[in-house]
Amino acid sequence: MSDHAHAIEHHETSTGLDSRKLAIWTFIGSECLFFATLISNYLVHKETWLTGPGPFPHQEWVSPAGQHFEPIIEIPLVTLGTALLLFSSLFVVLALANAQRGSRKGLLLWLGLTIMCGLFFVGMQVYEFTHFVHKGLTLKTNLYGASFFVLTGFHGTHVTLGVIWLITLWIEGFRGRIPPAKSLNLEIAALYWHFVDVVWIVIFPVVYLIT
Amino acid sequence: MDAHAPPTAAAHEPDHPSTGMYVKIGVVLFVLTALEVGLYEFTYGGHASSGGAALQPFFVPLLLLLSAAKFALVAMFYMHLKQDHRLFTGVFVFPLIIATVIILALIVLEAYHFAFARSG
Repeated sequence: MSDHAHAIEHHETSTGLDSRKLAIWTFIGSECLFFATLISNYLVHKETWLTGPGPFPHQEWVSPAGQHFEPIIEIPLVTLGTALLLFSSLFVVLALANAQRGSRKGLLLWLGLTIMCGLFFVGMQVYEFTHFVHKGLTLKTNLYGASFFVLTGFHGTHVTLGVIWLITLWIEGFRGRIPPAKSLNLEIAALYWHFVDVVWIVIFPVVYLIT
Repeated sequence: MDAHAPPTAAAHEPDHPSTGMYVKIGVVLFVLTALEVGLYEFTYGGHASSGGAALQPFFVPLLLLLSAAKFALVAMFYMHLKQDHRLFTGVFVFPLIIATVIILALIVLEAYHFAFARSG
């Protein structure tokens, strides 16, 4: 095989690095800026719950009109979701280590657990959004509601896409199509999954803990 | 070994951390998250006390510090930036620096705005 054909088959660039891996890192870099704008938007508008209408996120509140609002954020539930998302990052690196060693059983086990954690997180967010809407906080309530739902909603969408990606890889692994030589396919998905995790590491304290 | 044999993915990969190291990092991440929630509970949450009130000025910086530590651990060890080619680190860190500066600037700006709004 000529060097040129060899480079094309293995997606090598002039840097000697795999172009798919460089592409996912470039994508992740651009996603950093995307989420920075959403987090900044949230920080600018989060004080709008002070002027109402709508519930306070962290404490009980009686509006000047006498309307009583209960706190809507449930820290224990979100903490559980956060812990599971962190564990899912551990599980996906263990899945990758097993894929690189050629252990199909280990790959399927750890990747399956990663998917379960991701599904729980998405379920937690669906429950949380429904709960907030019932308590009176929607996209249209105030700028706090709009910026909160846009930020966490975009993150939830990323998690959902990641779960779908990991499910397709689990099926590929089940069919024996992720041998050690093709473990880079899983590594690229794992990088995306870790990024989703690190974004939540920032969102969790900023949205849920800083009052 | 055949000189023309295609290299495997593993041949391109630098040495990644061991399984034990991955688990240790996972435990540290879990402890740091517990510290974040504990800090919130004792400062503003259901278990807030006078000692917690003394921590209030340091609450946001401490939370940001804990978050940064978790972020760095995941990026360095789980995303393999510590072992991988430095170009990947550059491609990730450059926009990350811009993103961090934007967010921190807005936190400071918002804090000043809130302080002035309160003082009238």
